[in-house]
Amino acid sequence: MAVHSLTTPIPEEAVRRLRVGNTIFISGVIYTARDAAHKRIAEHIERGLQLPFNLRNGVVYHCGPIAVKRNSEWVVVSAGPTTSMRMEPYEHIVIERLGARVVVGKGGMSVSTAEACKRFGAVYAIFTGGAGVLAAQAVKRVVDVHWLDLGTPEAVWVLEVENFGPLTIAIDTTGKNLIEEVLSSAAKRKWELLSKK
Amino acid sequence: MVRAFVEAIKRASTHLPPDVKQALRKAYEIETSPAAKAQLEAILRNIELAERLGVPLCQDTGVVTFYVRVGLGFPGVAHIEKALVEAVREATSTVPLRPNSVDPVTGLNTGDNTGRYVPIIIWDAVDPDSSTLEVTVALRGGGSEYTTVFSVLPPWKGLEGVKELVLEAVIRAGAMPCPPTVIGVGIGGTAEYSMLLAKKAATIRRIGTRHPNPVVAELEEELLEMVNELGVGAMGVGGKVTALALHIDYAHRHPAAYPIAIAFQCWALRRATARVHPSGDYVIEQ
Repeated sequence: MAVHSLTTPIPEEAVRRLRVGNTIFISGVIYTARDAAHKRIAEHIERGLQLPFNLRNGVVYHCGPIAVKRNSEWVVVSAGPTTSMRMEPYEHIVIERLGARVVVGKGGMSVSTAEACKRFGAVYAIFTGGAGVLAAQAVKRVVDVHWLDLGTPEAVWVLEVENFGPLTIAIDTTGKNLIEEVLSSAAKRKWELLSKK
Repeated sequence: MVRAFVEAIKRASTHLPPDVKQALRKAYEIETSPAAKAQLEAILRNIELAERLGVPLCQDTGVVTFYVRVGLGFPGVAHIEKALVEAVREATSTVPLRPNSVDPVTGLNTGDNTGRYVPIIIWDAVDPDSSTLEVTVALRGGGSEYTTVFSVLPPWKGLEGVKELVLEAVIRAGAMPCPPTVIGVGIGGTAEYSMLLAKKAATIRRIGTRHPNPVVAELEEELLEMVNELGVGAMGVGGKVTALALHIDYAHRHPAAYPIAIAFQCWALRRATARVHPSGDYVIEQ
């Protein structure tokens, strides 16, 4: 099992080297974005509006953390991934138009994301769902927060991380999609199991 | 009462019950796929860290749900509901919990996990012979909720139809409900009642317990084996353990309908019970 360490900003060549099943750790700055943030990003692009953050060669993390203010500083207490599939209608836009290189989440993504990963040079990686404390351990500092009007889970948190991981590559730049393959073989197995008796 | 409820919420969000921890450790032992084993290792490490630091093990602390069983002799029944709401507000800032109560009309988050009908309070039973109050809090993440299935089968399909629907639901849910899960299946009753049975089977019933009806108990074992043969594995990376347990419960049904509900409970099965005595003394159990 290959283990790669990446630091932001991440160049295209670096993600093109990665393959499904590889383990990666990320250091640098990452941006959380989930349902409402993705919707707003798409609206901004559609209207030609400037975004308050730059995702080029960056990392998008599907996460709505528990964040609290202590002595006027934001602290992230628990920050595991959320289900990525809800962001499927938007992610190809984030990859194509904003130049994100790594999308981190859980649960897998589908065809339009995989296609964008292949064409524009990006990967989808999963972090263990529910492992919120493990993820928060990697967060060194909250650098900034945007769109707090969406509520703390939905805001875009700019997080400085050190060795964020282990992340498993689930979609690579060759078009391979790990979770989709597992589920399509499960679907075949289902018919075998049901016709047994 | 408020203190007891806040403590139960805190306990549930930071510590998994012993039956769940044991099932996860067993899953780690029997898993042979390296990718799935790595996921389970991260899960076990996360559980330890959360306990040590006393913080919520998963950031998604769900829509707080209470199952209330009250003894007829318990004084202060009138104050239970108010105390539960107050406890949720307090726990949101002290534990802390993630604010997860969003107005579906305006899209605004109330910020304190309360709102219309929220927290969810289910008056589960009244015990005429008891004078204690038993409140079980369950915190289920959105991924588990998202993949819930409900269907009304034509009665001729019977239990074979149940099997097919469960396997289909597991595949459709895929990695979204954070497997390895506990799957709850509610059969019969009415639409809302089958769902309640499914939810309780998934979250409230202890792993390792056997259904009192031997036919159902056997069906549970058979279906669990089938589910695990699908090979979805922890977090959908492929592996032996897709579900830690599969629990079925049933109610008698209308002759024309065969309602079936399937609820997924993520591995982070968070539940704790506050048992409050008439004196006000309480104990938190898991």
